[in-house]
Amino acid sequence: MTAPLDVPGSAIEAGPETVLEGAETSVIRGRSLGQIAWMRLRRDRIAMIGGIVILLLILVAIFAPLLVSWFGHPPAEWHREKLDPSIGAPLGTFGGISSDFLFGVEPDSGRDLFSRVLYGARISLLIAFFATLLCVVLGTVLGMIAGFFGGWVDTIISRLMDIFLAFPLLVFALALAGVIPDKAFGMSGDTLRISLLVFIIGFFNWPYIGRIIRGQTLSLREREFVDASRSLGARNHTILFKEILPNLLAPILVYSTLLIPSNILFEAALSFLGVGVRPPTPTWGGMLSDAVHNYQVAPNFMIFPGLAIFITVLAFNLLGDGLRDAFDPKAR
Amino acid sequence: MSENEPLLSVQNMEKHFPVTKGLFKRQVGAVKAVDGISFDVFKGETLGLVGESGCGKSTTGRLVTRLLEPTAGKVVFEGQDITHMAQGKLRPLRRDMQMIFQDPYSSLNPRHTVGTIVGAPFRIQGVETEHGIKKAVQDLLGLVGLNPEHYNRYPHEFSGGQRQRIGIARTLALKPKLIIADEPVSALDVSIQAQVVNLLEDLQNELDLTYVVIAHDLSVVRHISDRVAVMYLGKIVEIADRKRLYDSPMHPYTNALLSAVPVPDPKSRKERERIRLTGDVPSPLNPPPACRFHTRCWKAQEICKQVEPPLEELASGHRVACHFPENAPQQAVQTPATAG
Repeated sequence: MTAPLDVPGSAIEAGPETVLEGAETSVIRGRSLGQIAWMRLRRDRIAMIGGIVILLLILVAIFAPLLVSWFGHPPAEWHREKLDPSIGAPLGTFGGISSDFLFGVEPDSGRDLFSRVLYGARISLLIAFFATLLCVVLGTVLGMIAGFFGGWVDTIISRLMDIFLAFPLLVFALALAGVIPDKAFGMSGDTLRISLLVFIIGFFNWPYIGRIIRGQTLSLREREFVDASRSLGARNHTILFKEILPNLLAPILVYSTLLIPSNILFEAALSFLGVGVRPPTPTWGGMLSDAVHNYQVAPNFMIFPGLAIFITVLAFNLLGDGLRDAFDPKAR
Repeated sequence: MSENEPLLSVQNMEKHFPVTKGLFKRQVGAVKAVDGISFDVFKGETLGLVGESGCGKSTTGRLVTRLLEPTAGKVVFEGQDITHMAQGKLRPLRRDMQMIFQDPYSSLNPRHTVGTIVGAPFRIQGVETEHGIKKAVQDLLGLVGLNPEHYNRYPHEFSGGQRQRIGIARTLALKPKLIIADEPVSALDVSIQAQVVNLLEDLQNELDLTYVVIAHDLSVVRHISDRVAVMYLGKIVEIADRKRLYDSPMHPYTNALLSAVPVPDPKSRKERERIRLTGDVPSPLNPPPACRFHTRCWKAQEICKQVEPPLEELASGHRVACHFPENAPQQAVQTPATAG
């Protein structure tokens, strides 16, 4: 997927003498490793498709109210008239798909599935992004500190990572969601639930990225440019943030792209188990959970949220793989 | 500082890396990377430091620049004892003592432009430059023979020799007095080595620099040094003027090293007697007692295993640590009292 680059205007110049003679006034711009990775990524068609799908998903999530006002009905609006009054199943073919209800209607309530899937994207992406952000910030900072300082600092942080990884996260999440009241920490309703999910997913998943960052930092701090910086009199924080962190951006970007889909799945699983955002706010996991009881009469109720999760996760994974190849073509 | 006071003086410097074992990191031994070495470097001269891999040359360089903390001994720079000086107090002194690194592929941060790399000394030390950092960096690039317009390029866009020049430009930024060059050319092609060595010499003449050049290549050291120190297993075994050392080496180890230098002319190659050292360098974890070279020395006798030879001045400016030196002036040769 990543062919060797034919860089126009070859980078390597001849000897110093010719270079000095050829010193012209034109500004010479170098190409950073990031720019080169971007060039490689643009050639990776599959990763680009993943990236475009993600962009579309984000746009759909942001403009969900607008799209719903054009093509659907508000997500909480009941349409009993679309249901079979005796069994509560949707009328019409395949769960009542029509030009009015693009994905059909929900059994028992008759709510518009199209708008619910669209609104579900908001919750899923919001939680996944912020949980990933929390993971990445915690993991990067602690991983960098552990790898850079070593010794007892490393021992403490590494053992902490082991403890977090051994934590029965799902059980803890179930218990915590049950214990937390409807109002806590000055928040209530959906805001509280979303913050809670972000905290649970983010706070307990940081060791995965933390370990990767620690390992990278361990190898980076032995590089001579760190010694060079130190022999110039640089302080530790300068070395950490100016010398080491820029070299970690590639793994951070790659692993956060791969972490987002796993966090989307985790959020869906929690919602499926009923500890996520409370109904009537639509979530993909919650819809799947409801659909389990009705899959025979309304297969659309299961297929569309499932498809949404599938496409989102696949798109992020494809982009993540492409990013990894683009940043490090040797590690394949 | 008086005229004949050394710019850098190293006295009985030691560096032992602890070897730990088990859960509680019990120390079970120490790698004696540098085990009591002393030398002086005077203003304007170049001291070459040679020896096999693992003899402690690079560790010595890192101890002098305080990238490593000496276990014992003293490092005096410009009359100031910097052995255990706190990093904060050391910072201003670092302007005067800089280091050139071995591997030009790892000594430049791949994420920074050349401008950022060469300008880093000014930013870190907070030095104001007359026409801004950019102008200063471009002057430095010109000084080491690079195109000043390459300011915005990244290290991976340069060849090995050019990268080493970038490293040298960074070293020169703060106009240091002493430069420790740790294998400055060993990672480069032979054709590029000459360029870089000549550049170092030109810069020395131009900027009045003092060098400590660490290398394993005897021809490079011969070309660039005024004085040469030979190290073996963490100790200096011989230190002398370049000419004396290459023409009449006294220590058997120096002899062996010199005889291993390839001779390009096949005729004179035949006439020369080659000394082949047998065996490996002993482990610095458990170095041989007394004279450390006795396990591989063809002149070794009983005394070499029992009494450590001191580093003695056998001729003017020529110090050797050996019981049976070669090429020594007659009066200086000691007859060991008891052998057997």
